[in-house]
Amino acid sequence: MNKISIQNFSLQYSDGTESLRNISLEIPANQITVLFGPAGGGKSSLLRVLNRLNDLADVTHQEGKVLLDGEDILSLKTDVIALRRKVGMVFARPVVLPFSIRENLTYGLEVAGEKDSDRINGSVENSLQQAALWDEVKDRLDDPAIALSGGQQQRLCLARVLALEPEVILLDEPTSGLDPISTGKVEESLQGLKQDYTIILVPHSVQQAARTADLAAFLLQGELVEVASGDTMFTNPRDQRTQDYVQGRFG
Amino acid sequence: MKSSSHLRYKQQQFGFSLLTIMTFLTIIPIAGVVIYILVLGTPAISWEFIFGFPRGGMREGGIWPAIVGTFYLTLGTAAFAVPIGIGAAIYLSEYAPDNKATRLIRIAIINLAGIPSVVYGLFGLGLFVLFLQFGTSILAGSLTLSIMTLPVIISTTEEALKSVPQAFRTVSISVGATKWQTIRKIILPQALPGILTGVILGLERAAGETAPILFTVAAFFLPRLPSSPLDATMALPYHLFVISTQVPGMPIKIQYGTALVLLVFVLSMNIIATTIRSRARARRQW
Amino acid sequence: MDKNITRHESLITFFIKSTGYSAIVFVGMIFIFLLLEGLPAIQKVNLATLFSSRWYPIEDYFGLLPLIGGSLIITLGAILIAVPFGIGSAVYLSEIAPRWVRDLMKPFIEILGGLPSVVLGFLGMLILSPFLRKLLELPTGLTALTGSILLGGIAIPTVVSVAEDALDAVPKSFRDASLAIGATEWQTIWRVTLPAARSGVLTAIMLGVGRAIGETMTVMMVTGNAPILPKGINDLFSPVRTMTATIAAEMGEVASGSVHYHVLFLIGIVLFLISLIVNITASAVVFRQKKRQERILS
Repeated sequence: MNKISIQNFSLQYSDGTESLRNISLEIPANQITVLFGPAGGGKSSLLRVLNRLNDLADVTHQEGKVLLDGEDILSLKTDVIALRRKVGMVFARPVVLPFSIRENLTYGLEVAGEKDSDRINGSVENSLQQAALWDEVKDRLDDPAIALSGGQQQRLCLARVLALEPEVILLDEPTSGLDPISTGKVEESLQGLKQDYTIILVPHSVQQAARTADLAAFLLQGELVEVASGDTMFTNPRDQRTQDYVQGRFG
Repeated sequence: MKSSSHLRYKQQQFGFSLLTIMTFLTIIPIAGVVIYILVLGTPAISWEFIFGFPRGGMREGGIWPAIVGTFYLTLGTAAFAVPIGIGAAIYLSEYAPDNKATRLIRIAIINLAGIPSVVYGLFGLGLFVLFLQFGTSILAGSLTLSIMTLPVIISTTEEALKSVPQAFRTVSISVGATKWQTIRKIILPQALPGILTGVILGLERAAGETAPILFTVAAFFLPRLPSSPLDATMALPYHLFVISTQVPGMPIKIQYGTALVLLVFVLSMNIIATTIRSRARARRQW
Repeated sequence: MDKNITRHESLITFFIKSTGYSAIVFVGMIFIFLLLEGLPAIQKVNLATLFSSRWYPIEDYFGLLPLIGGSLIITLGAILIAVPFGIGSAVYLSEIAPRWVRDLMKPFIEILGGLPSVVLGFLGMLILSPFLRKLLELPTGLTALTGSILLGGIAIPTVVSVAEDALDAVPKSFRDASLAIGATEWQTIWRVTLPAARSGVLTAIMLGVGRAIGETMTVMMVTGNAPILPKGINDLFSPVRTMTATIAAEMGEVASGSVHYHVLFLIGIVLFLISLIVNITASAVVFRQKKRQERILS
């Protein structure tokens, strides 16, 4: 069974800016699934449905089903807080909280009520290791996180998600503000992470999509145009619109 | 062409000078007031003047009961206005939907800020002193002053909360924090200096006001310290009003001394508030 | 989501939501109390008396006109002072002064806003009023003019502060565009920046008016408190009495429930309504929102 199953899902914001129409998509575990397409296509919206962050936005209409491990996360009975711990998210701009590096990592556990200090300390090192940041910051964990470089901050944001030991990681253009070297580091750690996590990435370029995708989904103006494996999608897409976009004719 | 631009330049020179002079004409009297009271009030200041009780029909002795009274009133005002004001600001900044009810709240706050202080006095007299039978007391005065102070505290606190970047909220929610956890652990600590500034500026206004306490607290002459919130008390602003208008033969020195103490009380609050604000701005990480 | 928040959190949320509505409750309560205590005056005193020009409560003359007139003439005088000086200073600070002068002066002007009005009244009595008496050779220095000057000073910080914010919120590109086509800075100020900020400047003036008309202690101490209906601009040089000063001076001495007591509350209603109109007009303007949005990241 797939990790996430999106079935006939539609969504509309009150100002009508961006919406999703009848999306159906199966997202497998332990792979990198890439949602790509031109701006305004609904990629971020779809991502924010998966951890119910859209609850904060002005959504007027929503229908269809989104199943995580077979359970509908859109149901009223869903424990949204628990869902967000299970489905972590990294944003386009690295937003570090106005705390120390260590506190950025422990914040999620702390608000979850975790008291066990061994577990908290363990998760600090563990998550930094996984995000390939440990060696750079291990001697200054109590410094303000804002002092880190942009690339380091974004990896800290990734580590902050990992510290919660989630099952799914959502990344919304996580490298859009980063230089090529930092981007490479983030992409590399994603490849390492997919053994343990289900990763859903909105890339900041078609090239990144091609580099990282195990499975790729092309979204255009709120519609899911095509889903294919990464290899097929970027070499031999079925749909003309996908082909035009991948070859850089628009977008 | 050349002469026209020359003329325009002259015109600008003249205009700029005029505005500069006007600004200084605004500033100088302010400085004048403060310096004048400092100079004429300082000779009156002594241990006895600050810590003594008034004697001889207030023409001798000190103003300690008035200082203590104003201090209690300020504390009492804080006790009511701070929790309600900060709560209301959190509501407006973090919870309030963009609808008619919220707009009504905002209009109410603006109106609360504009109601003349003497009308607050009437209201306090009608509700707290007479209807609820608190009598002329610190309790009645503090309640009256705290309603008057609310709009200042609410609007400055809301401003401080809103200046905390939205992204912090999104991130906090996305790692599974509840709304209140986000407010308590991130937004309030980040907005704290701004909130403190607003609270102190609000209390400063309460400490210096006379009209709202005329009929709710103030005792003309009461040479003892209040022992409960239901006692009346002397207060600095009212005392200055009394000794400068109601008591014939009042030594001028005592009048200036009282004005100085009141001014120092109020201005030091103002300076503390401004210092907190500018320090926090310099240290801010976002 | 609602199901999962703890009891603790729902209690706090309840508290926050109830405080959110406190402002409405308080404004409502104030208005209701004023009505309860003030409306009986209309039953007990006939309207012709209320609209007469004689205020002499001891003999049951409750004419409100001299008090309203007194408030208006003093406010008018205050505005004639506060508007040019307030807007002038705001333009100077926002458009002309070097940055450091502005950073130094703005808090300084705001300090005047924090000076207790009783201190200004005190100095007005001791210094300004004897000075004006000698200068203008008046029989008394306790006149409407003295009150106007002090009230102008009290209103200026409000006007400067709000107007300066409004000018500051005008995008720099407006000024650049004007300078680029050859206007001088002076022309840019009058033809571009001030008009662009006009709603904020109007708000500043309205708030200044509100501040002046509601001021109590200062006017009570310096205007002589004679309830005589001002008939022209010449009456600036005579003593007057305002609505606020009347309440402040007389409320302490009336028996609660007496006709005089109710009439004083009626004056309170008039003041409340004036401030309501002034502030709703002023708040119709939302120029500050833009500035706030710019400040928020993301």
